[in-house]
Amino acid sequence: MPEFRKPHSLTDVPFHYCPGCTHGIVHRLVAEVIDEMGIEGDTIGVCPVGCSVMAYDYFACDMIEAAHGRAPAVATGVKRGNPDKFVFTYQGDGDLAAIGTAETVHAATRGENITVIFINNTTYGMTGGQMAPTTLPGQVTQTTPYGRNPDVEGFPVRVCEMLSTLSGVALAERVTVTDPANIRKAKAAIRKGFEFQKNKQGFSIIEVLSTCPTNWGMSPVEAINWLKENMIPYYPLGVFKEGAIR
Amino acid sequence: MERNLMKGNEALAEAAIRAGCKGFFGYPITPQTEISAYMAKRMPKVGGVFLQAESEIAAINMVYGCASSGVRCMTSSSSPGISLKSEGVSYMAGSDLPCVIVNVMRGGPGLGGIQPSQSDYWQATRALGHGDFQILVFAPSSVQEMADYMGKAFDLSDKYRMPAMILADGLLGQMMEPVTFGSEEIHTPDPALKPWATNGHGNKRKHNIVNSLYLQAEELENLVVERFKRYEIVKSEVHEAECYRTDDAEIVVAAYGSVARLAKAAVDLAREAGIKAGLVRPITLWPFPVQEVKDACRNAKRVLCVEMSMGQMIEDVKLALDCRVPVDFYGRTGGVIPKPSAILEQIKILNEKGAE
Repeated sequence: MPEFRKPHSLTDVPFHYCPGCTHGIVHRLVAEVIDEMGIEGDTIGVCPVGCSVMAYDYFACDMIEAAHGRAPAVATGVKRGNPDKFVFTYQGDGDLAAIGTAETVHAATRGENITVIFINNTTYGMTGGQMAPTTLPGQVTQTTPYGRNPDVEGFPVRVCEMLSTLSGVALAERVTVTDPANIRKAKAAIRKGFEFQKNKQGFSIIEVLSTCPTNWGMSPVEAINWLKENMIPYYPLGVFKEGAIR
Repeated sequence: MERNLMKGNEALAEAAIRAGCKGFFGYPITPQTEISAYMAKRMPKVGGVFLQAESEIAAINMVYGCASSGVRCMTSSSSPGISLKSEGVSYMAGSDLPCVIVNVMRGGPGLGGIQPSQSDYWQATRALGHGDFQILVFAPSSVQEMADYMGKAFDLSDKYRMPAMILADGLLGQMMEPVTFGSEEIHTPDPALKPWATNGHGNKRKHNIVNSLYLQAEELENLVVERFKRYEIVKSEVHEAECYRTDDAEIVVAAYGSVARLAKAAVDLAREAGIKAGLVRPITLWPFPVQEVKDACRNAKRVLCVEMSMGQMIEDVKLALDCRVPVDFYGRTGGVIPKPSAILEQIKILNEKGAE
């Protein structure tokens, strides 16, 4: 019977995340992949601004804290200067799909050999639950108190679908972590992303549909169910693009 | 030593390559685009990276990432683009990262114009981004100095772990002059000198973190205070100015960059007219060469600050002189270059006024 241990690529610093938040699961999956590939010493992670802003304390590889939305540009600078190292970003929906849209799209279309872990929980968690670019139509947030009205606030962004049209993208896959079967699929997708990077085959993005019980005003179980019933119909799981670009 | 006829922008770029710059991240903007064009040609030949970013914001953040990994790198732009970079510069200062930023100034504010200007002095020396911080600022006044101060900017930026800026203007960037480079060799900085770099710990050390976030107020205060102690060391070690005919000067002109050359011509014309005029030219703008300016003005009855702006460096000149000597101002702005004859006119007026 194998012993359940913390991955080596995570430090001993306890996570600060709220109960029921799925950041912890995704951190662990990334760390497990880094451990299994034996690349902790050759990996540089770039954190966003958002709830995972302090991920630099949690990952045991070298870490850089980027300005809000700029992680793909920062990762580009690291990777171009160190093409043989592994570079990943870990970003939320506000960071990646609102303030950092330009950096995301252009790193993708350049085919930067980096892996982007994208947490989509339809809200700005750290600042207290405002509308995100991925907030669903009708969803109530602090800044859409009557529900997101597409006539006023526009429509949610489907990031993987959008990026899948770009020639520089090797992998655009949407997964979730609602149950063990999906967690295993999520880990496999993250591993694929790092493998594409290892072979210098282009940009990879793994979008993880995630929960924010605190700002959704739900229990962890209710949040998981809400994700399944509301997010997956709008953000279908699956691979939107896969294949080496070079 | 071979003499090359080059534009100021090209001399800067070549000097950066010889100083061991291995990453250039830029975005096109007049009047500095020759730097990008030169880097695009040269960088691949020396094993470096040239990358045209999607924006100025992305470019400075690529520099942030590249510098974090310990690689000598830079970006260049002109006034409106530097405003966009200010976010990244603040993060670099807050993370104690070295890099070189070139500002080939043009007229402002807003989109302004594309003619030479010096109206970003305050931005460079006071507030290139939010928060308590300073950057090193060098103001060359010839194509040769564009080359000379590039290597120095990289070295001092590494030494003090802070961003450095070359503050030039469209005149210096675009004009051609003969230039020689100190060394034919490309300098290779020793990566061991950057043990803080996030370039992969190789399972040999604890993980490095590049960061400017500190949620505990006292912790952040302590870090900023420590950084300002370092700035005091920088102030004591880095201060340069050129003094020209100031020994007996009663009217001292203070000017930097390309304008200082026009002022020098005016000083010569004034001397021919029998006026004891001189020039003090700050080369480091931060730290400001306080003692050099004081010394240059020891016999001055009046000081004339000449700038291509509405008057920005004049504040530092007044502070350096503790307001003991009257300081007047003459400037043109918006891209208009002052003529030596106009500066001479001002010198004559001040000479007649004397020490009222």
